[in-house]
Parts: sequence; C-alpha cells; structure tokens
Amino acid sequence: MSLNEFWDYLVLGVVLGSIYAVIAIGYTLVYGVLQLINFAHSEVFMLGAYGGLISLTIIAPGDSPSALASVGYVALGLAAGGLFGAVTAYGLEKVAYRPLRRRGAPRLIFLITAIGASFFLYNLAGKLFGRDPLPMPDAYENKKVFTLFGADLNVTQLLLLGAAVVMMIGLDLMVNRTKLGSGIRAVSQDAEVAGLMGVDIDKVISRTFVIGGVLGGAAGYLYGTFTQVKFDMGFIPGITAFAAAVVGGIGNIRGAMLGGMMLGIVETLTVPVFGGEWRHVGAFVVLIGVLMFRPTGILGERVGRTA
Amino acid sequence: MSTTTELQKESGGPVAVPLLELRGLRVAYGAIEALKGIDLTVGEGEIVALLGGNGAGKTTTLRTVSGMLTPRQGEVRLRGERIDGIKSHELVNFGIGHVPEGRRVFARMSVRENLEMGAYRFKGVDSADMDRVYTLFPRLAERRSQLAGTLSGGEQQMLAIGRALMSRPELLLLDEPSMGLAPLIVEQIFVIIREINEQGTTVLLVEQNATQALGLAQRGYVLETGSVAVSGPAQDLLADPRIRAAYLGEGAA
Ligand SMILES: Nc1ncnc2c1ncn2[C@@H]1O[C@H](COP(=O)(O)OP(=O)(O)OP(=O)(O)O)[C@@H](O)[C@H]1O
Ligand SMILES: [Mg+2]
Repeated sequence: MSLNEFWDYLVLGVVLGSIYAVIAIGYTLVYGVLQLINFAHSEVFMLGAYGGLISLTIIAPGDSPSALASVGYVALGLAAGGLFGAVTAYGLEKVAYRPLRRRGAPRLIFLITAIGASFFLYNLAGKLFGRDPLPMPDAYENKKVFTLFGADLNVTQLLLLGAAVVMMIGLDLMVNRTKLGSGIRAVSQDAEVAGLMGVDIDKVISRTFVIGGVLGGAAGYLYGTFTQVKFDMGFIPGITAFAAAVVGGIGNIRGAMLGGMMLGIVETLTVPVFGGEWRHVGAFVVLIGVLMFRPTGILGERVGRTA
Repeated sequence: MSTTTELQKESGGPVAVPLLELRGLRVAYGAIEALKGIDLTVGEGEIVALLGGNGAGKTTTLRTVSGMLTPRQGEVRLRGERIDGIKSHELVNFGIGHVPEGRRVFARMSVRENLEMGAYRFKGVDSADMDRVYTLFPRLAERRSQLAGTLSGGEQQMLAIGRALMSRPELLLLDEPSMGLAPLIVEQIFVIIREINEQGTTVLLVEQNATQALGLAQRGYVLETGSVAVSGPAQDLLADPRIRAAYLGEGAA
C-alpha cells in the first residue's frame, strides 16, 4: 500500500468512524441512564435514513444544485433523519421500556424487549418501504475534490465529517454545560439520589432517548448517502457502533466517540491490507484486544465507586 | 423542657409546631413489613435522634419521608399537609433535604458539580449558598475541583451534607453520618450538624452511635424491628438504665 493509498483509506476511515461515533453516543447515553443496551438503536438509525430519503424525495434537489443549496439539502436530510430517529427513540422508550421500568423488570427482560423491538421495527420498515435497497437522492454534485495531505476528499466526505463533528461537539457541550446535561450525568451515576436533588428521572430518561435518537437518525441519513437505504441497513453499523461504545467504555460519551473513530479507521484500513472480506473482522479483533487489557474499555474507569 | 424520667409512649418534650408528623406509618418491601405503624413528630427547630439496631427500619423511615418509598398505610405530614405519595423529585421543593445512607456522592463529578446538583431545583446556583457550605466545610473548598469519588470517607460525608444544604432545606434528614468514620471526624461532623441546626434547619438524625446522637438531640426515638420501642427527651433516654443496657452499650464510644 502506497503512502497515498494509505492516506485515502485513512480519510475514509475517519469519515466512517465519525458516523460510528455519533451512533455509539446513542448506545452509551442510554446505557448511562438505564444500564440497558438498546439493541433497537440500529433501527432508530435505519429509520433516520428513511427520514432523509423521504424528505429529499419530496423536496427533490435538482441535477446540479448550487453549493449553498447543497448545504441546505444536507441540512434537510439531517433534520428529517434526526426527527425520524427522535420520534422512534421516544416511542421506544414510552412503549417498550417505561412499562418494564415501572414494574422493576430484571435486566434480561429489558434486553429481550430491545431485541424484539429491533426485529419488529426493521420488519415494519421492510413492509412499509419495501425490501429493496433505495439510493439516497444526491443533495449535491459530488465532483469537487479537495486534497488534504495528498488524500482525496470529496464533497460527500467533507460534509459527512463536518456534520458528525458538529454533532459531537454539540452533544459534548450539552452534556457538560447545560442543566439537562447535569441531570443526565446525575441519573447515570445514581438515579435515586438524582431524584432527591429534584431531577425528574422519567423526564431525563425520555429526553436522553430523544437526544440519542436525533444523533442516531441523523447518522442514518449520513450513512445512507454513501451506501443505500434498506430495511436491514441498521444491523452492521449498529453492532459496530455498539462495539465502539464498549471499546471506549460503555457509559462514557467521549469514550464512545474515540471508540467509533478507532473502529471506523481499523475497519477501513483492513480492506487494503487483508482484503474486503475481512472488513468487519478488524473492528471486532480490536474490541476483543482492548477488552483483554482493559475490561472496562479505554475511558471506562470507575472512579472510587462507593458502596 | 419536661423533667419526667418516666418513659412515655409519645415523646416527652414540648412539641411546638410539628414540622414533620408520621402517623401509623406502615411500609413494606413486598411481603416484608419494615415499618409496622410508626408515630413520630419533629418540631420546628429541633434535632431529633432516630436510633435502633441494624434492620430496625431507620433508613426505611427516612426514605419514606423523602418520597423514595410509598407507605402502605398511615400518613406523612409536613406542617400538617399530607406529603406521602409525592415523588422525591417534587418533595425537594417542599424543603426536605436527605443525606442518604452511605453518602452516595456523584463519584464522577467534582465537588463543585456535586454542590451544583444540590441546587438543581433552583434556576441557577446562588453563590451565597455555595459560600455557606464552603464556610461550614473548609476542606471542601480546598478540594472544589477534585472528583468526589477520590475524596476520603469523611470528606464525602461533608460533601453529602453540603449537597443537601444547597437545596435550602427546612428539614434535614441525616442517615448515619458517622458511619465508618474516625472518632475525630465524627466529632467534627456532629459539631457542624449543631451549627446547621442553630442556623435554623430542623434535623432528623438517624444514628447507631446513640450516645453521641442523644448528646446532640433534644429528643429521641428508639426503633425495634419496625416499631417505636421507646421515645422521650434525650436526657431521659441517656439516663434510663434499661435503655443504656439494651441500646447504648454497643453504640457508646
Ligand atoms: N430494598 C429492600 N428490599 C427488601 N427488604 C428491605 C429493603 N431495604 C430494607 N429492607 C428490610 O427492611 C428492614 C429495615 O431496613 P432498614 O434499612 O430500614 O434498617 P436500618 O434501621 O436502616 O438498618 P441499618 O442500621 O443496618 O442501616 C430490614 O429488615 C431490611 O432487611
Ligand atoms: Mg440504615
């Protein structure tokens, strides 16, 4: 692999990784407040892609939109994806998880419910939108190519990366600087005591799902722009992003971002080195490798847990 | 204050305006009944000690008062108003602060962030509240940026108390603040509890350390497997030989 090729793959890896990172945040946020691996998050992602597809089919971009219009269309796709994701995640929490919480159901029941919800949603999508892959309408002319340290960067990649980075920064600020963010962190650490402080736990959990849903849905649109939109498209990115959240330390938001980036880069670099059929293996080798040395993930240390 | 040495079923000392009143309180965890009909009164401005051995129901009592548990029967009244059944996140607005058993500070937040969480019910954080806590506990001021999980046990207890004070409670529920702490630190914390009380906060203090708790409190209740076994003025409880033998022997320093 030449140095030039390496850079090309690396850039691709960073772009893919940034999408994994945004999805992984959804897993880690929900895990934080509920100690639940929300396996239906992959369907939040998938429905977000359909959201983008539907909105850009209704408001179809012309053949060669101007640069400014392109940005507008991407924003529309992101917004629609985010909206679909948010509604799906909100509904999931209300319909599937909240009743279990009320009854104090054991963890295993939550997990089975999550898997069941995932099956239900992607089969529903297959029924509603058909089982054939659909192309995401192009929001821009994908011609211009930038060069970054010798790596070719096209408009798609630039927009994807930009949008993902903006979402990550926004989320990080929200969690660390706002009142809702403090509520989310407090519930993640000790929900009962957070309640004593006046945090409405139900509200915080519901909003956490919505935030994860916005990110997951928007990521679904982004992912759909360089693959295709299909009812089962959530599975592989979902499981990879979940692995990324675990690699970074489940429950830790910056860990999810780091893990997502790592797995995206590893997955992409595996292709030229070992061949395309090894693509998804690389990421899981990293997962196992990291967990062997750090069972709590890279940033998942537990600081002085008391009783 | 009443000077009677006779132990009464209902507490001895003068109870002015009852800030907190528990009447016939029954609380159960599934089939296990932890409180079997408790009557307890805390007057405004008092320090009341709630004593008893392991599993007597002290923590359950406090958790019921702060809305973490719903009673099966009986009532909880604050200034005469029923508050049982109100969720804990709403009860904080009624002026109840709860320092839970085992401190339970937010380990991955700094000291400052923990205190800010205490003021969550307000729009913003009042720096005067923050200063008050730092004045009561200078050690917290020195460590304001340190993660709470890395504090010593005593410092975590101070933080847990400070965090509860940030909500400006009228009634402070303290669940075994002396647990696992060195005698010197316990003494410091008890001095500060008195100071908090003198500043106008009513205190319901759960303790195993009976001698010290009764030294601080005006009145006390002794729980025994979910019922009030004895109650009365603190001096009477301290003086009563039966009580000394049964409840104070192990707890005495
Ligand atoms: N979550 C629970 N589920 C079932 N039973 C419980 C639960 N919490 C407490 N109990 C039971 O209720 C009774 C009272 O417990 P509680 O914690 O109120 O006692 P305590 O007086 O605070 O004891 P300690 O001094 O050891 O803290 C005990 O018998 C205990 O086993
Ligand atoms: Mg207890």
